[in-house]
Amino acid sequence: MTDWPILSTVTFLPLVGVVLLLLTGQEGANGRRNVLYISLATTVFTFIVSLFIWIGFDNSSASFQMVEKHEWLGTGISYHLGVDGISMLFVILTTFLMPFCVLASWESIEKRIKEYMISFLLLQVAMTGVFVSLDIVLFYVFFEATLIPMFIIIGVWGGKDRVYASYKLFLYTLLGSVLMMLAIMAMYWNAGTTDIVELLKHGFPAGMQTWLFLACFAAFAVKMPMWPVHTWLPDAHVQAPTAGSVILAGVMLKLGGYGMIRILLQMFPLASDYFAPMVFALSVIAIIYTSLVAMMQDDIKKLIAYSSVAHMGYVTMGIFAANTQGVQGAVFQMLSHGIVSGALFLCVGVVYDRLHTREISAYGGLVNNMPKYAVAMMIFTMANVGLPGTSGFIGEFLTIIGVFRVNTWVALFAATGVILSACYALWLYRRVLFGALEKENLKQLLDLSTREKILLYPLIALTIFFGFYPAPVFDATAASIDALVNNYSAALQAAQKLALAVTH
Amino acid sequence: MIYKAIVFLPLIGFLIAGLFGRQIGAKASEYVTTGLMIVAAILSWIVFFDIALGHSEGEVVKAVVMRWIQSGSIDVEWTFRIDTLSAIMFVVVNTVSTLVHLYSIGYMHHDEHRPRFFAYLSLFTFAMLMLITADNLLQMFFGWEGVGLASYLLIGFWFKKPSASAAAMKAFIVNRVGDFGFILGIGGVFVLFGSINFETIFAAAATYMPHEGAADANAIVANFFGMELTKSTAITVTCLLLFMGAMGKSAQFLLHTWLPDAMEGPTPVSALIHAATMVTAGVFLVARMSPIFELSPDALLVVTIIGAITAFFAATVGLVQNDIKRVIAYSTCSQLGYMFVALGVGAYGAAVFHLFTHAFFKALLFLCAGSVIHAVDGEQDMRHMGGLRPHIKVTFAMMLIGTLAITGVGIPFTPVGFAGFFSKDFIIEATYASHSPASGFAFTLLVIAAMFTSFYSWRLIFLTFFGKPRASHEVMHHVHESPQVMLVPLYILAIGAVVAGVVFKEFFYGHEYDVFWKGALFTSEHNELLHEFHHVPALVALAPFLAMIIGFVTAWYFYIKSPETPKRLAASQQGLYQFLLNKWYFDELYDFLFVRSAKALGRFLWKKGDVAVIDAYGPNGIAARVVDVTRNVVRLQSGYLYHYAFAMLIGIAALVTWMMLGSSF
Repeated sequence: MTDWPILSTVTFLPLVGVVLLLLTGQEGANGRRNVLYISLATTVFTFIVSLFIWIGFDNSSASFQMVEKHEWLGTGISYHLGVDGISMLFVILTTFLMPFCVLASWESIEKRIKEYMISFLLLQVAMTGVFVSLDIVLFYVFFEATLIPMFIIIGVWGGKDRVYASYKLFLYTLLGSVLMMLAIMAMYWNAGTTDIVELLKHGFPAGMQTWLFLACFAAFAVKMPMWPVHTWLPDAHVQAPTAGSVILAGVMLKLGGYGMIRILLQMFPLASDYFAPMVFALSVIAIIYTSLVAMMQDDIKKLIAYSSVAHMGYVTMGIFAANTQGVQGAVFQMLSHGIVSGALFLCVGVVYDRLHTREISAYGGLVNNMPKYAVAMMIFTMANVGLPGTSGFIGEFLTIIGVFRVNTWVALFAATGVILSACYALWLYRRVLFGALEKENLKQLLDLSTREKILLYPLIALTIFFGFYPAPVFDATAASIDALVNNYSAALQAAQKLALAVTH
Repeated sequence: MIYKAIVFLPLIGFLIAGLFGRQIGAKASEYVTTGLMIVAAILSWIVFFDIALGHSEGEVVKAVVMRWIQSGSIDVEWTFRIDTLSAIMFVVVNTVSTLVHLYSIGYMHHDEHRPRFFAYLSLFTFAMLMLITADNLLQMFFGWEGVGLASYLLIGFWFKKPSASAAAMKAFIVNRVGDFGFILGIGGVFVLFGSINFETIFAAAATYMPHEGAADANAIVANFFGMELTKSTAITVTCLLLFMGAMGKSAQFLLHTWLPDAMEGPTPVSALIHAATMVTAGVFLVARMSPIFELSPDALLVVTIIGAITAFFAATVGLVQNDIKRVIAYSTCSQLGYMFVALGVGAYGAAVFHLFTHAFFKALLFLCAGSVIHAVDGEQDMRHMGGLRPHIKVTFAMMLIGTLAITGVGIPFTPVGFAGFFSKDFIIEATYASHSPASGFAFTLLVIAAMFTSFYSWRLIFLTFFGKPRASHEVMHHVHESPQVMLVPLYILAIGAVVAGVVFKEFFYGHEYDVFWKGALFTSEHNELLHEFHHVPALVALAPFLAMIIGFVTAWYFYIKSPETPKRLAASQQGLYQFLLNKWYFDELYDFLFVRSAKALGRFLWKKGDVAVIDAYGPNGIAARVVDVTRNVVRLQSGYLYHYAFAMLIGIAALVTWMMLGSSF
C-alpha cells in the first residue's frame, strides 16, 4: 500500500473518465445517459479511492505523507506530491463534492453534456493537484489551470450575462497570477529550489518577504475573495450553472485560503505578522460590508454569493490570527463552508430548475407545498448563520476566539457578523418559504425528487454530524497546525532577537 | 445514566415526531412526545430530591457524553453538570414542558401540523436541558442558541401569518444581538482564565482577585477594545459582555422588544418558552456564573439598574395593553427584571427562587389565557371579552389563583401566602438591605412595579371575567369550558402557584440555604445579605403588601366600580397614554435607528461601493481601456479564454526558461 502512488491516482483518475467520455457519443437519450453514468461512476470511484488517503493518514505526524517525487526536465522542478493535515481534508472535500456536481447537472444541462462533464473532470484534476502539489511550480500550474475549465463552464453553460461574468473572473485573476508568478521566480532565485518542503525551511530575508507576500497575497485574495476584489464572485455565481456554483463556492474559494496558509503564513511569517493588521481590516470590512450588501440583494444566488464573501472573511481573519484556534477554525470554516454553501447553491438550483428565476420576489410560501425542501433549506440556512450544532458554528467560533486573543477590536467587529448573518439569511428564508402560497405558478411546484433527496440529505447529515462531533477534522489537522503555529512564533521570536542584537 | 435519560428523552421525542410524524400520524406523535416528557419529568423530580434535598456531600455530579471541540487550550466536551441549580432547572423545565405538551393536545387539536408542533416543543425542551446542564460556556451557548432556534420555529409556527414570521425573525435577531455579547464574553473568559470549562473558571476565580494593596493589584492583564484593564476591570468587562447575552435572552430593557411580538406564537408556546423557561435562561446564566459576577461590584451594579428599569418599564406598558397575552408578556418581562435586581444585589438564591415560583404561576396564567382564548374562539383583545366568569368557572378559578400568586398575596409576617408573596418579598427586602449603591433606586422602582403588577393583573381579571359581555352574541353562544386534558395541567400548576413558596422558601433563601445549594451558588465572604435581609424595618417589609393592595383597589375602582374613569383618564392624559400604549415607542425608534439605516447602508454599499466604485474603476474600467485599444475583439468569450491560456503559457515558458538558465549557472 505504501508504495502505491495514491495521490497521483486520485489526482489523475478523472482523466480516465475524460478518455471514456471522449470515446462515447452523446447523441440521443442513450448517449446522454452514457455520458452521465460515466461521469458519475468516475467521480464516485475517485471519491472512494480518495478515502484511502484519509484511512492511511497518520494523524500524529506533522510532516508530509504519501510523498511521491520525480525529477522533471532536470531543472530543479520536480513532480513532488504529498499531503499533510492541512491539505489532506481539502482533497477529500474536492472528491466528495464532485459526484454532487454531476448529479446536480443531471437534468438541468441540456446542451453539450459531454463537453460539460469533461470540463468538470479536468477541473477536478486541477483542483486536487493544487492541494497535493509539493513543488511550487506544479502548484502554480494547477492553481492557474483550475481557471480554464471554470471559465468554459461559466462562459458556455452560464446564464445570459455569462460573457461579462467570465470576463470579470479573467481580469481579476490575471492580475493575481502575474504577480504570483513573479514572486515564484523571485523565490526560486533566492532559495535555489522550487520544492515546497525546502522552501518552508528556507527562511526568506525579511525585506524580501514583504514583496513576496504582497505578490502572492494578490493572487490568493482574489481567489478567496477578499474585499475589495470580490465583485467577480457574485457575477460568476449568478451566471454559473448550479454545479459550477457548488464547485466554485465549495472548493475554488478554498484554493485561496489554502494558499494563504501554505505559502503566506508558512513561508513569509515576518511579512504575515507585519501585514496581519491589514488583513484583519480587510476581513472585518468583508464581514460587515458584504453582509449588509447581501441583505439588500434581490437575487437568491447573489445573496448567497455575498454571504460566502463574508464567511471567507472569518477564514482570512482566523489564518492571520496565527494561533491554534484561529488557523484550525479557518481550516474548519473552509471545510464546513464547502459543504454548507455547496448545499445552499444546490437548494437554489432546486427551485431554479422548477421556475427558472432567481428573483426572491418571485417566490413566497413554498413551505406549503415543499415541506421537505423547507426543512433542508432551514438546516442549511441555520448552518450558514452559524448555529451551534451545525458545522458552520465551529469554524466561526474558533476564528473569533483565535482573533480575540490577538486583537479584541477585530473580534468585536467580526462578531457583528453573528447578527448580520441572521438578518440576511432569515429574511431570505422568510421571503422565499414562509407566508401563504399565493402566486399561481408556485402552486404546481413539487417537493424534492428522489435525485434531489440524494443530493441534499447526505449534506444535511454531514452538516449536523460535524456540528456535534468535529473531532475527526481536529484530529487530522491538529499535528500539522500545531507545528505550523510553533514554527511561526519561533520565526517571529528569532527575528525579534536579531533585531535586539542589532540595536544593542 | 438517569441524567442522560432526562436530557435525551425529549430529543428522542423530537426525532420521532419530526422525522416520522407524517407516517405515524398526529395522535401517535402527541402521545410519544408527551409520554417521553412525563418520564423525563418524573426522573427530574427524583433527581431534585436526590441532589438538592438529599444530604449528599455537595459533590458536583458529571456525566460525560462525548468529545466536542479540542483546539489548543480550548478543550470542551459534551458533559452534563448536575448540582442543585441544574436540578432545580430540571424540575422547572420538565414539569412545565410536560404540562404544556399535555395541554397542547387539547389546545392544538384543530391544527393539521401537530406532529411538527410537538416535535418543536420537544426540541426546545432538549435544547433548554442542554443549556442548564452545561459544564462549559460553549455547551451553554449551544443550548442558548438551540432554544433560540426552537423559539424562532414556534413563534413562526403559523407561517402563513406574515406577522408571525416577522415576529419570529425579530426574536431571533434581537437575541443574536445579545449573543454577540455572549460570544465576546466567552472570548474574555478564555483570555482571562485560559479555559471555558466551569471547573477551571470557578477554581481560578476563587483566587483570582489580588488582595488589597497587593503588588499586582494594578497590573494590566488584558487589553480589551483599547482599554488597558487590570484584573478587576477585566472581569467587569467580561461580565458585562456575558450579561448582554442574558439581556437578550431574558428580554431586559433595550433588548426587550422581541418578547411581546413573540406572542404571535401559539399560547402554549408562550407559556413554556416566553414565560417559564427560555426567558429565564439569562437569570440562570448569571446565577451559574456567580463566582465571577461576585468579583465585580460594577457589573452587578449594572445588572441591578437594568433589572430595576425593566421591572418598572414593562409594568408601565402592561398597564394599558389590550391584548390579553401581551399584558402577561409585559408582566413576564417585568418579573424578569425583579430576578435581575436580586442577582445584582447578590441575592442569587432569591433570584432563583423567584424564577422557580414564577415558572408555576406565569405558566398557569398563560395557559389560562389560552383557555380563555380557546373559549372565545381565538379572540385576544380584552375589549371584546368581559362577563366570561359564569361560562368558564374552572378557568376563572385557576386564573384567580395565578393572579393571587403573581400579585404576591399573603399575610405579612406569617408563613401564609401564595408563591409570589415569598419570592417577591425576598427580592424587595434583599434589595433594600443590600449595600449596592443602586439599592434605594431599585427598591423604589420595584415597589412601584409591584403596585403596577397588582393593577394590571386585576385589570386583566376584571376586563375578562367581570362586567357585561362585550363579545358578539355568536361568540358568547359558543363559549365553553376547555376539555380535561387542558384543565389538568392548570390544576397541577395551580398547586405549584399556591404551595411552591411556603414549602421551599427556607431552602432557596433561608435557614437551609447552605445544605440546599451545596455551593452551587457562590457568594463572596462580604455578602451577608442572607442574614441581613430579615432585619429590614417593618414598613419596608410591608411595602410590597401595601403596593399590592393599592393596585388591587385602583383596578377595582377603575374597572368594576366606575368603568368610565379609565376612559376619561386616557382622554385627559392622551400623551402619556399613547406613550405607554405604544410601548415607549421603542419599535419605532429601533426601526428608524437600525432596520432602515442598515437597509439603506446595505443598498448604498452595493450600488455605490461595489457597482459605482469597485467595478467602475476596476474590471469595467480596464475593460473600457482594453476595448479602446483593441476595438476588434469579436468573439469575446472565446477570445478571452485564448488570451488567458496564451498568457499562462507564455508565463510558464518564461518560468521554465528562467530556471533552465538558472540551473546552468
